[in-house]
Amino acid sequence: MCTSHNDQVAGILLVEDDPSVRTGLELALTRQGHAVTAYATGEEALDHIRTRRPEIAILDVMLPGIDGVEVCRRIRRLDPLPIILLTARGDDLDVVVGLEAGADDYVVKPVEPRVLDARIRAILRRLESASPDRLVFGDLVIDRGALKVSLAGREIHLTPTELRLLLELVRRPGQVLTRRYLLRAVWDHTHVADSRLVDACVQRIRAKVEPVPADPVYIHTVRGFGYRFSPP
Amino acid sequence: MTWLPSGLRGRLVITFLLVAVTASAVVAGLGYQIVRRGLLDRAERGVVADVRETLSRTPLPIGVSDVVWPSDATVTEDDLGQVVQALEAPERTVIVTYGELLRTSPGFLFTLADLPSGLRERAAGGRLVYQRALLRRRPWLIVATQIQRESGQGVMRPTGLTAYVFVPLSEEDAVLSRLRTALAQAGGITLVLALTLALLSARRVLLPVRRLGAAARALGSGDLRVRLPVRGRDELAELTATFNETAAALEETVGELRTLESMSRRFVADVSHELRTPLTAMTAVTDMLSEDAENLPDDAGEAVRIVVREIGRLRVLVEHLIEISKLDAGAATLHRETVDVGDALADCLEMRGWADRVKLTVPLGLAFSLDIRRFDVIVANLVGNALNHGAPPVVVTARVRVRPDASRGLEVTVRDHGTGIPEHALPHVFERFYKAGADRARSVGSGLGLAIARANAELHDGSVTAERREPGTLFRLWIPTP
Repeated sequence: MCTSHNDQVAGILLVEDDPSVRTGLELALTRQGHAVTAYATGEEALDHIRTRRPEIAILDVMLPGIDGVEVCRRIRRLDPLPIILLTARGDDLDVVVGLEAGADDYVVKPVEPRVLDARIRAILRRLESASPDRLVFGDLVIDRGALKVSLAGREIHLTPTELRLLLELVRRPGQVLTRRYLLRAVWDHTHVADSRLVDACVQRIRAKVEPVPADPVYIHTVRGFGYRFSPP
Repeated sequence: MTWLPSGLRGRLVITFLLVAVTASAVVAGLGYQIVRRGLLDRAERGVVADVRETLSRTPLPIGVSDVVWPSDATVTEDDLGQVVQALEAPERTVIVTYGELLRTSPGFLFTLADLPSGLRERAAGGRLVYQRALLRRRPWLIVATQIQRESGQGVMRPTGLTAYVFVPLSEEDAVLSRLRTALAQAGGITLVLALTLALLSARRVLLPVRRLGAAARALGSGDLRVRLPVRGRDELAELTATFNETAAALEETVGELRTLESMSRRFVADVSHELRTPLTAMTAVTDMLSEDAENLPDDAGEAVRIVVREIGRLRVLVEHLIEISKLDAGAATLHRETVDVGDALADCLEMRGWADRVKLTVPLGLAFSLDIRRFDVIVANLVGNALNHGAPPVVVTARVRVRPDASRGLEVTVRDHGTGIPEHALPHVFERFYKAGADRARSVGSGLGLAIARANAELHDGSVTAERREPGTLFRLWIPTP
């Protein structure tokens, strides 16, 4: 698996059907030092992933053929690749559905290249902050050095964002961490309005590590505040 | 002067009652009069005939022969007593006079002083006269006559002996009294019946009217599908039919208007969405253009800077258009959650790079239930407006307070210290594309920011208001506690 990243050059897979937007973003991201491969359809992009795995995927939600959310879902089935969705402004449903489908983050069109670049770097920076030790919480074992998580001996595949959030939560067991804090720590967002990112990501982690996701034993919701990691 | 009911129902009932009462009063009155006259006439005739008959048979010392005539003969009290005796009957009072002589029946109730005035004089004429009078609170028939006798030549002549007979009419009076009671009872029953009937028929007449009224109110409050069943062929049925036609026409017209309006809203929304794609492409390359503008000749560099700046404005405008068309379409939903207001405000300012240009005063740990994204939009638009149109310092405060009307809620104020908005323009600043003055003609914003702020506040059942301050303007956001 690809675990090391060059902070300057990231292999970006961009899927956008509008040629001008595609070319514009390609130009801007390339200027910022990323290696961009761009496609007009989700089908082409999925083919590409099978042969050459990018470091991050940026998907437009509105695509002809299979849409961005569906592409995201299909990628997620194979790979914990970081995914950023390009959504239309105000289409809250897109955001919610996209996050449920496994997207790590989203940006709203028309997006400024600076903002997009900041998000890409935030996502790719995530995996490098862990310290080399092994944490055991009952069946749940978190190897911070190898960045691997296993439950009852079986390895669990978490996306970089999910892993980063889990590591942030287990760093202070028993303590309530607010959504705002988690947003800043994990996503580099300064915007409390994006707390849905945290909620969706916690749901995805629970689906993977909790024996009964609806009745969590590791990650507890503290109504009105945030989340608390307290092992059973 | 007097109270008159103004309602149709009251007037109908009163009219009906008046007619019923008048009719029955006239009938009863006429009937009573006829019965009364008949009764009294009969009694009078009986009494008069009796008196006449009795007197004609009573032997008198006067007129016995042709020679003996009043002044000639001697009439004694005994003679008078005989007359009295002849006329006497139970309850009657009989008075007989002859010159100075006077004889009254035993147990008499009345004297000559009780005679109605004029009766004596009339009786003196020789005719038999009678009159009804109320004496001692009871009705009496008083008959008075001078007894006549045939003179020698076969001519009837008055003898100078006058008899007065007081006959009680109590029997007739009792009958009439019973009749009056019966009539009064009948009148009462008629009144009750008439009232019941009046109310029933008023209800019958007014029910369709009331239904029409309710339907018209429903129509007014927006239920355009309201229709009424048309019954019968009277004026009300016609009115109902007209109402139905009007409602149908109104429904059609409003339907067309709504279709047109939603079409135009759809159009705005579609246009905004369509604009977004080219804007995204342009926005993607504006950073590159800005960087490269440094290396271009002055005029070309300036041109590029204009393009970049205007793309930014266009972006804000399109974002706002999309936002407001969502609000217009009623598609906006409210997702309340309890948030730390201080954090939300700080994030809002920080994300837009305004943190060091705005003074923020919020109590620590101020928690409130609101839609954080919409709250962010409201504050951003108010602060953006203050920064663009007002002058520093821009001060933002937030607190939970109870208003004079006892409602509790969150109040956020945004104050700038610029020249302020003219008084006449204050009510209009929340209108779309309203420009407050010549200095604002070329707005930095979209012209929709404050309208969006207000719409989002209203979605919270709250409000945004603007007030003049010296100097500057104070915008007040109010979100009531849900």
